[in-house]
Amino acid sequence: MKRRNFIYLSGVGAGAMMLPDLSAMGRPIDQERALEAIDVKVKKELADTALNVAKSKGASYADIRIGRYLTQAVITRETRVLNVANAESFGVGIRVLANGCWGFAAGNVVTKDGVAKIAERAVAVAKANAAAKIGGEPVQLAPQKGYGEVSWKTPIQRNAFEVPIKEKVDLLLTCNGEAMKGGANFVNSTIFAINEQKYFASTDGSYVDQDIHRLYPNFQVTKIDAMAGAFETRAALSSPVGMGYEYLTPSESEKVQGVVTRYKNRYDMLEDIRNATKNAAEKVASKSVDPGKYDLVLDPSHLWLTIHESVAHPTELDRVLGYEANYAGTSFLTLDKLKSGNFKFGSKHMNIVADRQQPGSLGAIGYDDEGVKPSQFDIVKDGILTNFQAIRDQAHMLGLKQSQGCCYAQSWQDVQFQRMPNVSLSPGKERLSVDDMIKGVEKGIYIVGNGSFSIDQQRYNFQFGGQLFYEIKNGKIVGMLNDVAYQATNQEFWNSLAAVCDERDYRLGGAFNDGKGQPSQSNAVSHGSSTALFKGVNVINTKRKIG
Amino acid sequence: MPILTKEEAQALLKKVLSYSKADECQVILSGREGGNIRSALNAVSTAGEVSTLNLAVNAVYGKKTGTATINEFDDASLEKVVRRAEELAQLAPENPEYMPMLGPQNFQESIQYNAKTAAMTPETRADMVAKSLAVTKAANLSAAGFLENTTGFSAVANSKGLFAYDKSTDVTFTVTTRNSAGTGSGYAARGYTDVSKLDTGAATKVAAQKALSSVGAKAIEPGKYTVILEPVAAAYMMENMFRFDARSAEEGRSFLSKRGGGTRLGEKLMDEKVNIYSDPFNTELPADTWTAEGQKLEKTYWIQNGVVKNLSYSRYWAQKKGVQPVPGPSNIIMDGGNTSLEEMIKSTERGILVSRLWYIRMVDPQSLLLTGLTRDGTYYIENGKIMFPVKNFRFNESPVIMLNNVEALGKPERTISVESYRSYLIPPMKIRDFTFTSLSDAV
Repeated sequence: MKRRNFIYLSGVGAGAMMLPDLSAMGRPIDQERALEAIDVKVKKELADTALNVAKSKGASYADIRIGRYLTQAVITRETRVLNVANAESFGVGIRVLANGCWGFAAGNVVTKDGVAKIAERAVAVAKANAAAKIGGEPVQLAPQKGYGEVSWKTPIQRNAFEVPIKEKVDLLLTCNGEAMKGGANFVNSTIFAINEQKYFASTDGSYVDQDIHRLYPNFQVTKIDAMAGAFETRAALSSPVGMGYEYLTPSESEKVQGVVTRYKNRYDMLEDIRNATKNAAEKVASKSVDPGKYDLVLDPSHLWLTIHESVAHPTELDRVLGYEANYAGTSFLTLDKLKSGNFKFGSKHMNIVADRQQPGSLGAIGYDDEGVKPSQFDIVKDGILTNFQAIRDQAHMLGLKQSQGCCYAQSWQDVQFQRMPNVSLSPGKERLSVDDMIKGVEKGIYIVGNGSFSIDQQRYNFQFGGQLFYEIKNGKIVGMLNDVAYQATNQEFWNSLAAVCDERDYRLGGAFNDGKGQPSQSNAVSHGSSTALFKGVNVINTKRKIG
Repeated sequence: MPILTKEEAQALLKKVLSYSKADECQVILSGREGGNIRSALNAVSTAGEVSTLNLAVNAVYGKKTGTATINEFDDASLEKVVRRAEELAQLAPENPEYMPMLGPQNFQESIQYNAKTAAMTPETRADMVAKSLAVTKAANLSAAGFLENTTGFSAVANSKGLFAYDKSTDVTFTVTTRNSAGTGSGYAARGYTDVSKLDTGAATKVAAQKALSSVGAKAIEPGKYTVILEPVAAAYMMENMFRFDARSAEEGRSFLSKRGGGTRLGEKLMDEKVNIYSDPFNTELPADTWTAEGQKLEKTYWIQNGVVKNLSYSRYWAQKKGVQPVPGPSNIIMDGGNTSLEEMIKSTERGILVSRLWYIRMVDPQSLLLTGLTRDGTYYIENGKIMFPVKNFRFNESPVIMLNNVEALGKPERTISVESYRSYLIPPMKIRDFTFTSLSDAV
């Protein structure tokens, strides 16, 4: 995850809620305008104009994305609304293949003349690179049949953009009030909604109209011990989701009880902020960890990020091949390791699946951003590496006949490229509850929620923090710990996976803003898992004093 | 054309303001155009151009504000956008932190526009990338790089008579060079206002030298070492520190918070060799001369001789605290010293030369403890000589502790953060007792 286009809401010192820099997300608009839609007939006409111009100028392939990207952010602290921002970004991106090279151009003049000019510029860019002989091997596109005119919509129950601002403000300020009443010194809370209305058309004969929704409620409670010069925070245990506003309607059946309540497909923000307020105070008073080896019991609200960084990123084919060498990095995984058919990424409990059709997930779509219907595929099976993530111009490198539907662009003004689908750890096949898992641990730490994260450019060495750390002694939780981070080597870590709870505990977590590419682009993606046990992991103490 | 002149922008903004009926109204016009080439495996992978022009109107009634924007510029559209902003303001909740708009100010024009950079084309970009690729091909290395140029302008005007205009250019180039065995990697990053200063071939030669000399890295034990950080590594390490925000410090949730309450303003927090400031008129690193609110940006010391000299105060927070507002940093410049990189190495008994740092994240905001890794050329120094390349380390260290342990500083260089792509003017630095906590096999 990268921070370009993101700002800290309440200061670096506060540790952190990172929010999109709204000025970078698009231009602000009013609520009413957010509900307008553009006629699909108009979009088809514009698309045909652009594709014809591209072909007439010498493109062998062209696609166009007419995108209307809506974002809404409601940002509060304590008793105050800091910002309500509606933004719209509307424009056209055109990608062409000419003389064997890609070219791309984008602009926000969405008229027939406007898109024709953009198409011409895209072809000129491709030809300039071909003329300079810096194009490398000619691009090979995996065949893709045209779907004709099709559409897809996130199956939402309540469009977040139709929910009155007042309802959102009331929820957040009520939550803030609960935190302050419970003894918090500060509280920040936000609701962030995205609606991607995107129209894709290509010279293959696809015209795809999609309406995609995502939602992210979040908060951070801060507790200060001024005399000690200490402070602690606890962030929400919500998850960003590919759902409508229905996610914020609490449901008892979607709660996971335990040391602290966690949530599946519905979130109880008010309950979580009460718990967070208690947790933040407990953290201030908790014991600093003794560094050493521990068995780690990792909750899905934490493990999603470890899966994201250590499994999902290194299995992106563009990283494996070196296309991300200058930015996101490369990978410790190679084509040779994949082709050997016996690269033991992890223990037999490690089964990793890619799936862009999971309901409620951030990555759920009908068609990707180059007009491909996504499929489900195994990345790791019984601990053995079985596949990488690929798009149309990469499929041949894996010997695949078609793309796996992993193409995405964050907006009309960015070129589409390979982005990760939802990548998840499958639940254990044998019946196992979290309580039973903890009973088997002699010396361990149970980690809930994600915190600090860092991993090297080939994804060997990583370090993760968390929100809540509970000490386990002889099968029992005995109290809270602080200053915990674990450091491990990727393959060693996944080979220490000793058990995964069954599907009753399965939940999605996710990244609302995963960065990759140059210029950097943000992608939203979910990672599911049940609670998992890793044996003998190195834990460090992160406490330091300055001044 | 999305880049308007000062006169064109002023005339347009004046017309928009004439439609306003609100208590206060501010209009912002901004445009951007630019292009980029991305390469990998010694060839272009993607290339593109983008242009945009937008108008935003902010209408205010009392402490209620509304914003609307548009990208159509006929008279009817301009009036419509003003009306829409006013309707939104009438419906909005009061913002208790709202501050009245500022009246006319005198701004000096910034020096961050260069006509040569603004004139870059797909062909000039392709030529510059070809020069870089020629170096890596000749050295039998593989390059992945990114070249991007941007020209932008922004203009603001309000109903109290404020007007400001600025335009700027920026070009950045980064390149990672790797050998085919995957055992050596190098990097170079350059950022300029004026494209004629950018030599993509020379930068790629530096990256290639790092790639070739980092082959055959040996593992040595992690622990505390004297390190020599090249500017690109030092800038990234310090970037998390650069907001110098008074409010979070006074709220008790910052590394600048004082035990028992208050801030560390006036306290000596770092070695006395450390001087960090902002200066929009620095010719090496020009920056904006005004903020979106219409505040003047001037030379401001944040750390002087190791002492916290200023904290940034928003207009609201300054009024609440009864002090003058201090806008946040326009750019960041750290003074250097006279020690060359060679002299730093020569004076080191046992240490590590760090070319670049990677994936830095906050571990503890209270101490500003950060974690991240070295990469693209990490070398072991003994008795004043580079002995051999070493495997990369993970570190856990605070920039505040680091800047207390300064042994020597070199000449500041314009460098870019590998995370935010912001440009800084930062010296190479020799630091004692830098904490490495584990090894990585990554190259």
